[in-house]
Amino acid sequence: MADMIVGEQKANRTETQPGLFHLTLTRRKVMWAYIFLAIPIIFFLYIRIYPTLFAFQMSLYDWNPLAAEQHFVGLENYQTLVEELSSDKSVTRAAFVNTWHYVIIGMPLQLVLSLLIALMLNEIRALQTIFRLTFFLPFVTSTIAVSWVFRWLYQPQIGLLNVMLKAFSLPQQPFLRSPDQALYSILAVIIWQGLGFGVIIFLAGLKQIPRTYYEAAEVDGASRCQTFWNITLPLLNPTIVYLVVLQSISFLRTFAQVLAMSNQGDGGPLNSTTTVVLRVYREAFQRLNMGYASTLTITLFAIILIVTIVQLRLTTRSTE
Amino acid sequence: MKANKYFSLFIVLALLATLTIGIQAQDDVVTIEYWQYFFEARQTAMNQLIEQFEAENPDIDVIHNSEIPYDNFRDEIAASAPAGVGPDVVTLFYGWIPAFVDAGYLIPLPEEDFPAEWIESYFSPMVAESKFLDEYWAIPTAVRSLALFYNIDMLEAAGYDAPPATLDEFLEMAQALTIYDGEPDILNIVQEGYVPEMTGQAHHWFREALLRQYGGQPFGEDNRTVEWNSEAGCQAFKYLSDFETDYMTGSNDLFDGGTQAFINGQAALHIDGSFRIGSIASGNPDLNYGVAELPAGADGSQHTFGSYWTHGITRQAEADEAKLEASVRFLKFITSVEAGILWVNEVGELPAQLEAASDPTLLEDPILGPFSAGLEYAHATFFVDETQQRQHLIDAYDQIRLGGMDPCDALNDAAELEQTLLDEFWAAHSE
Repeated sequence: MADMIVGEQKANRTETQPGLFHLTLTRRKVMWAYIFLAIPIIFFLYIRIYPTLFAFQMSLYDWNPLAAEQHFVGLENYQTLVEELSSDKSVTRAAFVNTWHYVIIGMPLQLVLSLLIALMLNEIRALQTIFRLTFFLPFVTSTIAVSWVFRWLYQPQIGLLNVMLKAFSLPQQPFLRSPDQALYSILAVIIWQGLGFGVIIFLAGLKQIPRTYYEAAEVDGASRCQTFWNITLPLLNPTIVYLVVLQSISFLRTFAQVLAMSNQGDGGPLNSTTTVVLRVYREAFQRLNMGYASTLTITLFAIILIVTIVQLRLTTRSTE
Repeated sequence: MKANKYFSLFIVLALLATLTIGIQAQDDVVTIEYWQYFFEARQTAMNQLIEQFEAENPDIDVIHNSEIPYDNFRDEIAASAPAGVGPDVVTLFYGWIPAFVDAGYLIPLPEEDFPAEWIESYFSPMVAESKFLDEYWAIPTAVRSLALFYNIDMLEAAGYDAPPATLDEFLEMAQALTIYDGEPDILNIVQEGYVPEMTGQAHHWFREALLRQYGGQPFGEDNRTVEWNSEAGCQAFKYLSDFETDYMTGSNDLFDGGTQAFINGQAALHIDGSFRIGSIASGNPDLNYGVAELPAGADGSQHTFGSYWTHGITRQAEADEAKLEASVRFLKFITSVEAGILWVNEVGELPAQLEAASDPTLLEDPILGPFSAGLEYAHATFFVDETQQRQHLIDAYDQIRLGGMDPCDALNDAAELEQTLLDEFWAAHSE
């Protein structure tokens, strides 16, 4: 008797509780949404997160993909890195110093230039689309194509830039073939190419600022300069923070332009243009030294993390 | 209902799986995979060799993968290894052998099939460079040497009826053949006499030819010490860099590099390997050029750099007895005298077996002859890390032409880095 009652209750419970195939319509929709979303999540975890974590492990090994087994070396790769960073002849040190140059010169310059262009574009009404397109087009053009075009523009003798210099009777410049000018020549291309992105973001930021503020300022008789410093700039702060962080990361990862614009992608002349990521690439795929390449990657990751946190702290605090 | 659907799908898949396994099991043919980097002439030549081999060995099927560009070749091998796929027989640059051996990727050539004495008596002497840790790990079909390419029209226009025979003549002619638009300056060059192309073959010319002609040698007897920065090295390197810095006969920065300049008919003298014949034929078939042996030194001595792509058997093949046996047969076939002759006709590289290389018709060939003659005095550098060692000399050269450094100082700085590299390499091998 008692058994029967329990059995009945069980049966009742299974009927009322929605099982996998007995969901309400809404729940079923949600479930399918999750199932579809799971695919990119799994892809992301497997293709992005897993290798990232795997790099931590590889950095502790003398990892050669050709070998059947890998040798654990502990922190030896990190020790090598410290040694190389303290030797002024090492390529690794050159890579870190150059990357630093790309960031501290490139990021602010690109930021200021894109703000100026955005401000100007915001003023004009006629042909605005054409101008916006002009600035945005390089951003969506293939980096390798852009780099090769500039490689030819920078050529001695026949390059357009030197032809122009010659036409104005100015001395020819070595550009990419000089250890002093090569980094700036490449940097100019990176800044130019990335300008469009900054411009678009700034334009969006400018559109967000309510017109009433400007009208009020006009009524109060504020000068254009005052309006800019007291209204535009403070209200653009979230946009600036966003761009500073994003562009810094992007400059820290400088790679393709150097690969395409230096002779045989060696980061030369005399390592004057090489970057950390190029160094990672060459160690990993030319010398098959995955362990050390991972060590460099982890170090770059740590730098990006620290730079981002510091920037977020500093730049957001100033608004409050 | 739903469960039924999944179940039937499972059954279908299971059936398909058993079917494919069944097909594989029925097959008695051993399949081996062969990889080389993409180079059209090599691909064609190897396709012919494989066709002949398969006709003679119906029990072996060779998969030929030659679609990987040179720049990605090592990455692709590296990516294939951990995945447990990839070649059973692979063609590698001879200078990479130590690295691949250290990784345990190659197995030593089986002594009973490839006796050391046989290799040493029938193959070009530079093949002995494949011997590493007292074993042979790879064996080539063909070898190459460097020789002097010259633009016949330009020489005639300047009043020369023969290419330079000595280093002094070479320097003199390089100067006479350089044409400027205005003042003699690198940037005013319209026709280059000679371009020291360090990113090309010039570093080899320095290390194995010039240096020896000045009385030096690149490394100590056991390849453990760097000696190319000796007094002789210093003079030889100065001879090379003076072309650009003092005599201004050409620069690799002009006309898309020295090799391209020669192919396009913008440079008169050019030092390169026999593999360039093919690029000239496809890039500028109308180029009126000749080939001569490299210029002799002041003492009349002749030297050149020899190199080769060489075939080895991987540990993947070793894991399966049938595959190993098939790989050995395939390797023997593609390194035979006949294969060497087919190769020279298709690719322009010289047969590695002496019998085929010393063929009189080959020596008399106006284009291939000088390369063939060079095999007698060719040296193949023992590289522990070809990429880095090449970079050391490129940087030393750039220090001179871009940094205004003294050739001896530049060479000493580079030698210091190279010695560290050698020390690390040999330290790892003494354990």
